[in-house]
Amino acid sequence: MNHDTATKKYVQNSALAIKDEILQSALNKIQSGLGKATALSYQNLDEGPPLRLKAHEIREKTINNLDVVLTRLAAKVRDNGGKVYFARTDKQAVDYCLKVAQQHHVKQVVKGKSMVTEEIGLNPAFEAKGIEVNETDLGEYIVQLAGEKPSHIIAPAAHKTRQQVGRLFEQKLGVPYTEDPPELTRIARKALREKFLTADMGISGCNLACAETGHMTVVSNEGNIRMSTTLPKVHVAIMGMERVVPNLEDHDILFRLLSRGAAAQKLGGYVSYIGGPGGPEFPDGPEEFHLVILDNGRSRILADPKFREILCCIRCSACLNACPVYGKIGGHAYDSTYCGPIGAVLTPLMEGMNQAKDLCLGESLCGACKQACSVNIDLPRMLLELRYRLAYGDDQWETKPVSVVEKTIHQAWALLAGHPALYRAVLTTFALGQKIFPTSKGMITKMPGPGAGWTKSRDIQPLSQTPFRKRFKKLNAQKADR
Amino acid sequence: MTHATLFIQCIVDGMYPEVGEAMVKLFQRLDITMDYPENQTCCGQPSFNSGYRKEAAKAAKHYIETFEDAETIVCPSGSCVSMVRHHYPELFENEPAWKNRAIDVGKRTFELTEYLIDVLKIENTDAYYDGTITYHDSCHLKRYLGVAAQPRALINQVKGATFVEMKDSDTCCGFGGAFSTKYPDISTAMVKEKVKNILDSGADAVVGCDMGCLMNIKGYLNRHNLNVRVMHIAQLLAGQKAGAV
Repeated sequence: MNHDTATKKYVQNSALAIKDEILQSALNKIQSGLGKATALSYQNLDEGPPLRLKAHEIREKTINNLDVVLTRLAAKVRDNGGKVYFARTDKQAVDYCLKVAQQHHVKQVVKGKSMVTEEIGLNPAFEAKGIEVNETDLGEYIVQLAGEKPSHIIAPAAHKTRQQVGRLFEQKLGVPYTEDPPELTRIARKALREKFLTADMGISGCNLACAETGHMTVVSNEGNIRMSTTLPKVHVAIMGMERVVPNLEDHDILFRLLSRGAAAQKLGGYVSYIGGPGGPEFPDGPEEFHLVILDNGRSRILADPKFREILCCIRCSACLNACPVYGKIGGHAYDSTYCGPIGAVLTPLMEGMNQAKDLCLGESLCGACKQACSVNIDLPRMLLELRYRLAYGDDQWETKPVSVVEKTIHQAWALLAGHPALYRAVLTTFALGQKIFPTSKGMITKMPGPGAGWTKSRDIQPLSQTPFRKRFKKLNAQKADR
Repeated sequence: MTHATLFIQCIVDGMYPEVGEAMVKLFQRLDITMDYPENQTCCGQPSFNSGYRKEAAKAAKHYIETFEDAETIVCPSGSCVSMVRHHYPELFENEPAWKNRAIDVGKRTFELTEYLIDVLKIENTDAYYDGTITYHDSCHLKRYLGVAAQPRALINQVKGATFVEMKDSDTCCGFGGAFSTKYPDISTAMVKEKVKNILDSGADAVVGCDMGCLMNIKGYLNRHNLNVRVMHIAQLLAGQKAGAV
C-alpha cells in the first residue's frame, strides 16, 4: 500500500467511524468514564501525582540499560527452567513459536492478552499451518469471532454493543440469542473452558517482566490468562524487549500505575505471576516454558535519542482514553496494532513514517495524552519530531519529504515572516483579493485550495481591511489626548 | 509606570483587530502604557507544528530581533507564547547564541491573563458584562503554560456577569492549526462536541484566550446559525457599562 492509499484509508475510516452512532456512544463512555476516573486516580496516589515522574525516571533508566537488564532477565528465566529466545524480527518470532508448536505436535492453542502477537501476525501464521488459535480474553474472543481486530488496547471489543455480541454468539456458537451480559459471559466461558481443556499450547503476552525474579506479570479481565498459561503442556510468553523492569521495587510502582492508567483500578482484575515451567515444588505450571523477547524495530527506536522515550510506554491505554481524536475515530481508523496517541508515534516508527504519516499528522497536539500518560511520556514532543522528519525527509529512517508544495508554502511564509514590509504588503493584497469568495453574515463560506477542508463545515473570518497594525498608533494616541 | 510591549499574533492582527483594540483599551484603563513594534510578523508556530523547523527558525529569529529590547512582552494567545517560551530554545539546539537569546526573550513573553494575574496581580479590571459566560480552556494555554485559574479569576471579577463551567472545558476544540484543514471530518466532529457543550452550559457567550480556538468555534456557530457570542477575554475585560468612562 503506498502512502496515498494509506491516507485515503485513514480519512475514509475516520469519516465512517464518526458516523457510527454505536461506536460514538462507546467511545464517549470510555472517555467520560475511564479517562476521567484515571485522571482522578493519579491525584489519589499515596505518594501523590509525582509518582508518575518517578515512574518515568525508572523507565528511562531501564531503557538506557536495556541490554544489561535483558541479559539478567534471560539468565534468571533460564535459572527458573524456562527457555529464552531473542527474536530480531516478527518473522523470527513467529517461526520460533511455530517450531515449538511443531515439536509438540500442537493442534490447538489458547491465547490471551497480547498486543505483541497482533503486531507479529501470529494467529494467521498458525492458522496457515492448520493450528487452531483461540483468543481467551472475552473482548479478544469476541473480536476474533467477528473476524475483526482489537479497537482498543485494553478493551478490544469496546466498539461492540451487547446486542451485537448476542447476535454474534447466536450465529457463531449456535446458542439462543440473549443480550444479557452475565449470560453472554457464561456462554463464552463455557465455550472457552472446552478450549482450555483441549489446548496443547498456551500463548500469552507480558505486561511486565522482572529481571530480578525472572517472572512475568500478566493482567487480565477474567482470569483466563491463568488457564492459558498453566493448563496446556507448553506455554510461550511473548514480550516486546522494552517490557522489562530491573527489580521488584520498580515493578510494583509501574504495576500500580499500569492498572490506574488502564482502568483507574488500584489493582488489575486478575493478576498472574508466571515464573517458568511447573515442577515438583510448583505443580501449577506447564511442562515447558518459553519466553520470546521481540525486537522488531525497537532497537532502531532505541538508537534514536529523539524517539527512545516512546519505549518507556507500558501500554496502559490511558492516552487512548484521553485523546479527543481517538475519542472520535476509535481504534480501527488507525489500521495499526497500536492506535491512539501511542500508535500515532509508534506505528510510523515501526511501519515507516511515510506509510503511517497520517497517524502523527492527524493529531491536534492538544497535550491530553501527555497529561494522561501513566509514566508521563511526552507524546506531543515526539509527534512534532515525526512531523519534522517527514517535512525534510530522513535518510536514517528511509523517510521521504512528505510534500514539496507544503514545503514551498512554509518557505514563502518564512520569507514573509522575516521581511515585515513584504509581509504587510502581501496581507493587504490578500485582504483585497478575498472579496471574490462567497460570504454569509460577514464570514467566508467557501475557500479554495488548502482552505477547502476548513469551509466544509465552518465559515471563516475574512481578513480585515484595517488590521491591527494599521490601527495601533491612533488607538494609543487617544489616551494621550484625553 | 507599568509598560507592556504588545505582541499581537497574526490571526488577531489580520482577522480580529478588535481583540487587539480591546487589549489597548483595557491596558489604558489599567494605566499600562504600551508600544507595538510594527515590524512584528508571525511567531512561526504554523511551520513548527507542521514540522518545518528551518522555516520556523527564520520566524523565530525575526521575533527575537524584534522583541529582545522589550522589557515585558504581552500576547493575547497562549499558543504563541508557548511557541516562544518552549519551542524557540528547541529550534536553536545547535546555535547556542540564539538559544540563549531565545530563552531570555521567552522569560519576558507573557500571555495576557498570566500577565494580568501573575505579573501585575490585578484583582479588578472594572469590567462589566450583562450575561452568562462560559469558558473554553485552550490546550496550549492550559497544558503547556499551566494557565487555567487566571482567566477564571478575571471572568469572576466582571460585574454583571454570571460564570458557568461547561462540560469538558479543557477538551480540544479540534482546531490544531493545519490539522483542521487536513483532517476536516475529525476536526469538525471535535468542534461539534465543543459547541454542544457550550450550548448545554446555557451561557450566552463563550470566552477564550486564543483566537485560534475561537475562530474554529465561531466558524462552526456561524455556519450552523447558532446564537452564542464568541469573545476573546480581552474583549470581555475591556467591556464596560454603556456610559461608563
